[in-house]
Amino acid sequence: MSREYFEFFCPVKIVSGHRALENISFELDARGAKRPLLVSDRGVSGAGLVDLVSEAITSEGGAVGPVFEDVPPDSSLDAVRAAARLYRESGCDSLIAIGGGSVMDTAKAVNILATEGGDDLRRFGGYNNLARPLAPFVAVPTTSGTGSEVTAISVIKDTELGEKTFYYSQFLLPDVAVLDPRTTLKLPGLITAATAMDALTHAVEAYTCLAKNPLSDAYAEAAIRRISRWLVPVLESPEHPEGRLELAQAAAMAGIAFSNSPVGLVHALAHTVGAMFGIHHGAGNSIFLPYVLEFNLAARRAEIGELLLYLAGSDAYATTARERRAEAAIARIVDLKEAAHSLCGMPRTLSETGRLSLEDLPEVARRSLDDGTIVMNPVDVTEADALAVLERAWGE
Amino acid sequence: MSTSTGTARQLPKPVRGRGPGYALQRAYVRIMMWLISRLLVAAAAVDAGVGREFDQLPRSFRFVMRVRSGSAGLALEKRDGRLGVASLRESTAPDLVFEFKHVAHAFLVLSFSESTPQAFANDRLLVDGEFPNAMRVLRALNRMQAVVLPRFVAVRALKAYPRIAPGEKIALAVRIYARMLLQLFGGK
Repeated sequence: MSREYFEFFCPVKIVSGHRALENISFELDARGAKRPLLVSDRGVSGAGLVDLVSEAITSEGGAVGPVFEDVPPDSSLDAVRAAARLYRESGCDSLIAIGGGSVMDTAKAVNILATEGGDDLRRFGGYNNLARPLAPFVAVPTTSGTGSEVTAISVIKDTELGEKTFYYSQFLLPDVAVLDPRTTLKLPGLITAATAMDALTHAVEAYTCLAKNPLSDAYAEAAIRRISRWLVPVLESPEHPEGRLELAQAAAMAGIAFSNSPVGLVHALAHTVGAMFGIHHGAGNSIFLPYVLEFNLAARRAEIGELLLYLAGSDAYATTARERRAEAAIARIVDLKEAAHSLCGMPRTLSETGRLSLEDLPEVARRSLDDGTIVMNPVDVTEADALAVLERAWGE
Repeated sequence: MSTSTGTARQLPKPVRGRGPGYALQRAYVRIMMWLISRLLVAAAAVDAGVGREFDQLPRSFRFVMRVRSGSAGLALEKRDGRLGVASLRESTAPDLVFEFKHVAHAFLVLSFSESTPQAFANDRLLVDGEFPNAMRVLRALNRMQAVVLPRFVAVRALKAYPRIAPGEKIALAVRIYARMLLQLFGGK
């Protein structure tokens, strides 16, 4: 009997395009929501994006509730509880998250307490511990990288226990993700590059790791094409609305891809250097991606070779010998890293981050083996393998 | 697994209902769950690699691997620093659960037709618990399989077969099976 089998799930409505924010009023109405709590952080609010969303809603006859803008850079249980209290005390009936990954994670967790009541978030921790749909939830990403607007997971720092807890349930998925280029036009170059490389890594790992399937492949391919085509033009002309929209769509597609075909060794290493040395997640992914692909050639040469079509286009693909395509695809990713370095100073190697020393690498290798994403890597990874990849990524 | 390039292949014959072998698959899965739990306990005592992974787990750590319907399962628990077989009916919640969605999925993995990592990737097997602990248990399971299974079977069950000399493998396997028999019949 054939053992072919996969699962794929994404019920999020994507509203994408110029003036997409003005559609939020309709989407709230369609779900019977009249008074949304707006969840954001001070950086996003200070950039005027909360006002932009509020005006887009009220200009179309909708109403907005209060704004909670105290989300910290690392989503925390305290912030979730405070926002849930504000939601209840203000008579809100829905949520709009305006921000990056931390804001999205916080809003997902706020939705749990807002719907289920109480302050005890921990009892819903882990896998599938929610039993019913939550309040209507609209996600407005202000970076083009994490894909949180289409993922079913939230990670919240428990300040009392001093650890991070994950919450996974299909009910955490936003009802609507709104992609509007106005929300990312002012994003600094370095953040634009790091988040776009994060999205590229989501798509490439979804395409090359163990859970790849025909549907996740389709989303990954489309995301890779867009990032490869638009990253450099957007870094050169940051207020390029078409390019910004393409990157936002790419990030959502990559999010759908990796939600259904989880990531591997690149993320295991990036999570570890992020936790140990505070290296930005997207920058870490960007540093490790080519070296991990080289390591994975043993099991995924054909798939990595196929990436050349999406990274460099049909002419480059057709004129490159089949046996050279994998190396050419990796070289194209290195070219993107070089461009991001020259245009906005994004680090290309671990040494360029200035956050760790060569002596730290063995401990990074050891800890990375405990990261759950490593299971999905197509090649088994030993501590020596992880150290070898880290030494390649060190540079110099 | 399919790839974007795709290849021509023979389509399987359709199976009506659950197929005549379903009850047999369930019985096989029950037997394998029973066997794996005893082999893991023996391997933790005999093999340094398996033992090291369990040593890193918290005190009183409880691990359950089961089929969602409850038709088969195993439970292991650390007591006084040693690993032992526990009852599936304990009222306390396990620290880590590996759960197969149904018997046919469990059969694929436990008959070594699909590796455990591939089963996770295909959503046949769910994890509930902390990931570092899940990784330790997974590494212990992999190491145990590499040692006690014949190589031609182990390569189907594992992502990569580890470097292990034939002599060392046979000696370890003999000690693990002997330890298991001793635990069963000697009361240790």
